[in-house]
Amino acid sequence: MSIRVATDQSTEGLATAHSEWIGVCSLDDLAPERGAAALVGGVQLALFRTFDDSVYAVQQRDPFSGAFVMSRGIVGTRGAAPTVASPMYKQVFDLRTGECLDAVGKEPVPLAVWPVEVRGGVVFVARPEVGT
Amino acid sequence: MPSVADMLQEQSPQHLVVVGGGMVARRLIDALRARDEAGQWSVTLLCEEPRAPYDRVALTSYFTGRHPEDLALGGQDIWDDPLVTLKRGVKADSIDRAARTVTTNGGAVLPYDALVLATGSYAAVPPVPGKDLRGAFVYRTIDDVADLRAWVEKRRDELDRPVRGAVVGGGLLGLEAAGALRALEVETTVVEFAQRLMPLQVDDGGGAALKRLIESLGVSVRASTATSRIVGDRGVVSKMEFSEGEPLDVDVVIFAVGVRPRDELARDCGLDVGERGGVVVDDACATTDPAIWAIGEVANIGGRCLGLVAPGYTMAEIVADRLLGGGGTFPGADLSTKLKLLGVDVASFGDAFAEEPGGLEVVISDPVAGVYKKLVMSDDARTLRGGILVGDATAYAALRPMVGRELGGDPAAYLLGPDTAGSAPGLDLPEDATVCSCNNVTAGEIRCSVTEGGCTDLAGVKACTKAGTSCGSCLPLVKKLVTTELEKSGVEVSSALCEHFDLSRAQLFDVVRVQGLTTFSEIIATHGRGRGCDICKPVIGSILASLGTGHILEGERASLQDTNDHVMANLQKDGSYSVVPRIPGGEITPEGLIAIGEVAKEFGLYTKITGGQRIDLFGARIDQLPAVWKRLVDNGFESGHAYGKSLRTVKSCVGSTWCRYGVQDSVGLAIALELRYRGLRSPHKLKLGVSGCARECAEARGKDVGVIATDNGWNLYVGGNGGFTPRHAQLLAEDLDTDTLVRTIDRFLMYYVRTADRLQRTAAWVEDHEGGLDAIRAVVLEDSLGIAADLDAAVAVHVDSYEDEWAAVLSDPEKLRRFGSFVNAPDVADDSFGYVAERGQPRPATPEERAGGVLIAGTTLEVRR
Ligand code: SRM
Ligand SMILES: Cc1cc2nc3c(=O)[nH]c(=O)nc-3n(C[C@H](O)[C@H](O)[C@H](O)COP(=O)(O)OP(=O)(O)OC[C@H]3O[C@@H](n4cnc5c(N)ncnc54)[C@H](O)[C@@H]3O)c2cc1C
Ligand code: SF4
Ligand code: FES
Repeated sequence: MSIRVATDQSTEGLATAHSEWIGVCSLDDLAPERGAAALVGGVQLALFRTFDDSVYAVQQRDPFSGAFVMSRGIVGTRGAAPTVASPMYKQVFDLRTGECLDAVGKEPVPLAVWPVEVRGGVVFVARPEVGT
Repeated sequence: MPSVADMLQEQSPQHLVVVGGGMVARRLIDALRARDEAGQWSVTLLCEEPRAPYDRVALTSYFTGRHPEDLALGGQDIWDDPLVTLKRGVKADSIDRAARTVTTNGGAVLPYDALVLATGSYAAVPPVPGKDLRGAFVYRTIDDVADLRAWVEKRRDELDRPVRGAVVGGGLLGLEAAGALRALEVETTVVEFAQRLMPLQVDDGGGAALKRLIESLGVSVRASTATSRIVGDRGVVSKMEFSEGEPLDVDVVIFAVGVRPRDELARDCGLDVGERGGVVVDDACATTDPAIWAIGEVANIGGRCLGLVAPGYTMAEIVADRLLGGGGTFPGADLSTKLKLLGVDVASFGDAFAEEPGGLEVVISDPVAGVYKKLVMSDDARTLRGGILVGDATAYAALRPMVGRELGGDPAAYLLGPDTAGSAPGLDLPEDATVCSCNNVTAGEIRCSVTEGGCTDLAGVKACTKAGTSCGSCLPLVKKLVTTELEKSGVEVSSALCEHFDLSRAQLFDVVRVQGLTTFSEIIATHGRGRGCDICKPVIGSILASLGTGHILEGERASLQDTNDHVMANLQKDGSYSVVPRIPGGEITPEGLIAIGEVAKEFGLYTKITGGQRIDLFGARIDQLPAVWKRLVDNGFESGHAYGKSLRTVKSCVGSTWCRYGVQDSVGLAIALELRYRGLRSPHKLKLGVSGCARECAEARGKDVGVIATDNGWNLYVGGNGGFTPRHAQLLAEDLDTDTLVRTIDRFLMYYVRTADRLQRTAAWVEDHEGGLDAIRAVVLEDSLGIAADLDAAVAVHVDSYEDEWAAVLSDPEKLRRFGSFVNAPDVADDSFGYVAERGQPRPATPEERAGGVLIAGTTLEVRR
């Protein structure tokens, strides 16, 4: 059974496990090596669970196309860095820092990232700045 | 009248007599004449056989219609050399070492300053009763094979049934003889005393693969069987009896149980002879008599006789060197072998049996394709020690010179794929690596012949270095080296897929297929590094799908797919998706059209007729896809795979059903083809077309596979495309009936699927394929690689295992979960889209329109979002 904590787009009334940490879903809701979109405090995030069960959160909006699609990219590695490739034009980003590792010929633009913690099988994200 | 040579002999201080006109003797004379510029030596060659030395290794080709003359070795000018005297049909009977003379069977007495024994071997005949009956043969000389053929042809005329034969001995020679019998259309059985075929070259695994292959060619195999008697009927072979098991009716028997050195001359004149025969020589090939040398199979060197031509050639070179005052010594023999027996490749090299302690074995065994390959590596898996290849020995040329050296890269890469011949990753041959073992030519010498010797092609290099001129097994590697050297560009094109895999797509395909791997984790753990990326993951997803191993979204496999395959729709610029139901051949009923129209209306989707004769519905949100598809599936539609690297459409013209000019039912064929190949995952998208006559309204020649109707059937074109680099398809075959057409397309497509590069369309693949379209035609129409049955079977698996991907997802709640908008709010719609109306349909709003707030998003157009 999955835990669904934030269920609407308002920032009010969010159940939080910690003053600034927001429980988003259970780890089991995330497929390994794939992303999922999440709505946290009205902001779209892309959560990724990697091979070693680490979870990363980055902005869902692809900075190169403007579409909200980052969670649908392919997860992988570049050297030691866990990465996601945008599904739109295939730019590659470091999931840990949001750094754009391969801009596919464009000017690199990084992704915003959010701190994530997994506690007791629940994925917590530090409250994002509204408006990203 | 004295011959020119006899006259010259007067002036020539030294005379060499060579006894035995075999391959090794010929090499000695070549080497001596090439190097003895001062004419220090004249040579007389005594040949017991009635002909000049010939290519015994190629003896079996006598049965494929070659004349004895075709077996001639090298140029014949050497016999016109005044310093060379060739005596055919003359046997040496005795040697007088004190007088330094040789006496021939004709009574001639030839003096010598130096004598070389190159008398080779006898074919051994086991002492079984009946071995001398008529119809029993050995397999050593042109006369042997000529007699064998005459006998078989005579028996065929006499008997009112196919001739039956047996070969005693399942080693190299026995299998070659079995091949000869097959070529003579004899029902053949191979009888082997040991537990497996080729016991000296292959291990049990290889023996088992070999047995299967040989049996599939219609040759019976009886291993672990001793022949006890050959029964005659009026002096003619009629039956074989064994120590165990049923007797066998036979009309011809070939003994191929091994060879014995012909050392009788040496024995009679008191030279040292080995315990198991052979003239004992030191590492300079000298006997105990300093004037007498022995080379080739008759020489017992380092305590053994060597039954291969390559060490014999080395000995010939050494003696030539020594006669001219050099100090060459025998470096030890490379007993590697590569053969094509009955069309089956067999090779073994180095420490093939992993006798050295601590060896690791990398084995690839594919019983279906009839392939068994093994590499023996050092304990750290880096250094190659040896190996066995059965069924496909293309890697032999590249691997043999690497024995004792670091391979670099994944050893399995060397065992896979036709393109690996000489081009495995990291293969960078050191200068001193022997490339051609028959002629002892190193990589350095080959490179040098190009860079300094001025050779500009393979033929030139062969002529200049002799590489590849004997057994030919090194030719792929020689060619590769020459090409590399010629391509002065210096740009090395790596076939590695990405940073995670050293293998090319084609190699990876073979690894996965042959090792039966089914998950990405397994594949990357065994053949790659890291956790993959957007390049290798979809490739592996596609390979697993091509192999018919289940739904593209099954388990871990889902994570490999690009978003299009992952949600089975096409991502659009704003993050929404388009939906393309399959409309086979472009034929659709009014009801179908209405159903699509209703779905589009209900979900507010933009519709357009595609360039591929079907209808695209644009603007669906990810969370709407299941509902859209539910409606389509309920109306009998299925996925059109517009998102996949797979079959897209088979375009048709209306054809003979309606068209005044049509000569065949092009729509019917297009539909049949589309249904056959739908869902077939491939290196790039696949498009087909079928036109009903030569007017070509379906633009079939612009497709990967184009079919054009003729009065007699179908013409088949391949390798066309539109797009960035338009290509016209080229004619592959003409006037095929429908069954042959479909089978040919099956093979073409599956061969492409297996061997093309990632994102390489058929046109580029055909162009890159060695030998081009002709070679591909030979594979798909004449089965030149022996893989047609395998390709057919792979297509059959695809056809049988096809299921509509969308229907499967709709009935699987686990897979449906992927389509939620947000993991923590699956029912909340993504509100990031904005649409405006244009020509009566919605389209994504431009940034300016969004900023200006003119969005309609479903209100005026009744779009439900
Ligand atoms: C929808 C369609 C245009 C249309 O509205 O007519 C279309 C749309 C796309 N084409 Fe196409 N192509 C469409 C017919 C064609 C045709 C015409 C044909 O098939 O007869 C061609 C030229 C013929 C050919 O392929 O040889 C064509 C040559 C391409 C190419 C260039 C391929 C090449 O080898 O150079 C690409 C790019 C690629 O695949 O790498 C491409 C790629 C695409 C992609 C997948 C680009 C993308 O990644 O978004 C488009 C997405 C389709 C979607 O969202 O559904 N499309 N595309 C057509 C869909 C046909 C169908 O029913 O499946
Ligand atoms: C069917 C077949 C396939 C083979 N395939 C391969 C292969 O793929 N690879 C490989 O490396 N090897 C192969 N071999 C083995 C190879 O042919 C021999 O190793 C090679 O021919 C040995 O050369 P040689 O000159 O030492 O002896 P031979 O070629 O046997 O020549 C010796 C010659 O000396 C003559 N002779 C003997 N005694 C006298 C005498 N007293 N006076 C005058 N003449 C005499 C004989 O008649 C014979 O013609 C094959 C052999 C056969 C039969
Ligand atoms: S290709 Fe020929 S048969 Fe087909 S529509 Fe055109 S004219 Fe008619
Ligand atoms: S290895 Fe036999 S010809 Fe080169």
